[in-house]
Amino acid sequence: MSEMLSYFRQERLPHIWCPGCGHGTITGALVRAIERLGLDKNKVCVVSGIGCSSRAVGYLDFDTLHTAHGRALAFATGIKLARPDLKVIVMTGDGDCTAIGGNHFIHAARRNIGITTIVMNNEIYGMTSGQYSPMTPKGFIGTTAPYGNLEPHFDLCELAKASGASYVARATSFHVPLLIDLIEKALQNDGFSVVEAIAQCPTYLGRRNKLGSAVDMLNWIKDQTINAKAAAALPPEKREGKLLIGELHNAPAPEYTASYGELVTKVQRSFENVKGGLWECAPNSD
Amino acid sequence: MPKTIKLMQGNEACTAGALAAGLRFYAGYPITPSTEIAELCSEELPKIGGKFVQMEDEIGSIAAIIGASLAGKKSMTATSGPGFSLMQECLGYASLCEVPIVIVNVQRMGPSTGMPTSPAQGEVMQSRWGTHGDHPVIVLAPGNVRECFDLTLRAFDLSEKYRVPAIVLTDEVIGHMREKVELPDPADVKPLRRAAPAGRTGYKPYAADPNGGVPLMASFGEGYRYHVTGLFHDETGAPSSKTEVADRLVRRLQAKVDLHADEICDYASESLEDCEVAVISFGSSAMSSLSAVRRARKEGVKAGMLRLKTIWPFPEKAVRELAGHAKTILVPEMNLGQLALEVERVVAGRARVVRIGKVNGELFRPEEIHSAVMGAK
Repeated sequence: MSEMLSYFRQERLPHIWCPGCGHGTITGALVRAIERLGLDKNKVCVVSGIGCSSRAVGYLDFDTLHTAHGRALAFATGIKLARPDLKVIVMTGDGDCTAIGGNHFIHAARRNIGITTIVMNNEIYGMTSGQYSPMTPKGFIGTTAPYGNLEPHFDLCELAKASGASYVARATSFHVPLLIDLIEKALQNDGFSVVEAIAQCPTYLGRRNKLGSAVDMLNWIKDQTINAKAAAALPPEKREGKLLIGELHNAPAPEYTASYGELVTKVQRSFENVKGGLWECAPNSD
Repeated sequence: MPKTIKLMQGNEACTAGALAAGLRFYAGYPITPSTEIAELCSEELPKIGGKFVQMEDEIGSIAAIIGASLAGKKSMTATSGPGFSLMQECLGYASLCEVPIVIVNVQRMGPSTGMPTSPAQGEVMQSRWGTHGDHPVIVLAPGNVRECFDLTLRAFDLSEKYRVPAIVLTDEVIGHMREKVELPDPADVKPLRRAAPAGRTGYKPYAADPNGGVPLMASFGEGYRYHVTGLFHDETGAPSSKTEVADRLVRRLQAKVDLHADEICDYASESLEDCEVAVISFGSSAMSSLSAVRRARKEGVKAGMLRLKTIWPFPEKAVRELAGHAKTILVPEMNLGQLALEVERVVAGRARVVRIGKVNGELFRPEEIHSAVMGAK
């Protein structure tokens, strides 16, 4: 436990999340995965957007950047290109990532840039007290869906895969050991990795939709899921309506900043002794 | 190395000035009439080990350059009206979080898509007040191609020194016009770099003298492990909603520019000493104005001109001084009177201020301004 605490800015605790919230569990899983991999704290940079999820980074003892709503991946893209040696992690929520940040999400995935994205999906806008998000189940009640949500939700993992992410996985705040394993693997993938981490929001999703306590919600989440490996052996009727958890896509592909590095090498070779055409600059300097 | 003489367009000179300043990261989205800057950066940056990325939109572009700047690289983007509107969100972020960035805005006719290939000067006010909340910003306006080089370089220096976003406000004519330019000897160019902390112990990322002090800036990845947030924050970078923290922060940020306005403000003057009719202008409107003022002088009118190279902070002292002896001040600009609002505020009734607005997508013809000068004498 004491080793775990060393990854937190303890003077910033306690956190702001509601009792029973799943975001702490997911943050803990990320820290455990980082610890297992023995990453250098000075070479990890964690970026977030806006929302309950995005407050996580303020508690973590790395270089941390709490950005604008939906923009975490765009800020992270600049950091990763500027410093490809850093391990860049994005913590984002379902609204932050799939609504206002949806465009940045699909393009970061398409580039296969080396960023590990943890989507803390509680299926609701919590910070603004319970409006429906692009991940809210159909029919659910939100403050902006008082008669029930009409909109279908994304399958975030399929979206990531179709957009070009090279590693995609899903787990939940109930399946903690699995979640840690998947984040660990995502951090090791040299490319764009997405881990969708489903979390309970008893305050704003649970209460209005009569889902009970945090424990009831964890059971509700558990009952919706089925392990991807086990699912392969099940008949279609048993998979109907279930969310697959586990590793869903693992297809290594050239990482964007590495490709850019190769391009720089190639350009510099073909322009030997040229230090820039418009203005002479010392190559490879800051 | 001898001085270089080149035939260059304004957008090219902005890019050269940025490279001279130490540009190492560019993120942008294609938009007329600024696109040459992105194209040139995509060609030049890999040669020197810098990075270029074409983002999915202008919001992503400004976000990416803020990220790269925090990671220690001098960073820039370029755009025009519609893209500049999208950038307002994160312009405020850079202002609050004190991240040095440079934005070149090659103005075109607006609002909306407007006339993409026609010059305008409609973002005088947007560049100052476009993002929400009180915030500091520095805006420079080149009046010719050589100044595109000089003022882009200066925008980097000021942005690095004060940790304030700096905007280079050009227009379609300045951006696309070609002129013979003599560039300085690279050995004479000494770009500034943000002041960095000396050590990691006790580093407070936002600790600075409340009277306009600039905090020391550490780069990400160097072991400082600090927090940056768009929420109001205390000296340690921790979010705070304490009233006294908010008040101190907003006032300190603005004071960084206000207390150094004399240093930041730059302008060129022509025959101002004895002038009775003065023209205050900037950018490509100033080119036509200068020709008109010189002609009027030859014709015996005591005409003079103040050309602003800094728009924000507004060069109040120079304008106030002018209002002491000029009877009439003409303000030709390619909008319906944005700079004129500031001139009127500072002149405060001590001289007659005449707005000359042009919004048909055409550059001023010198005759238009000349006849206004002759009519005002």
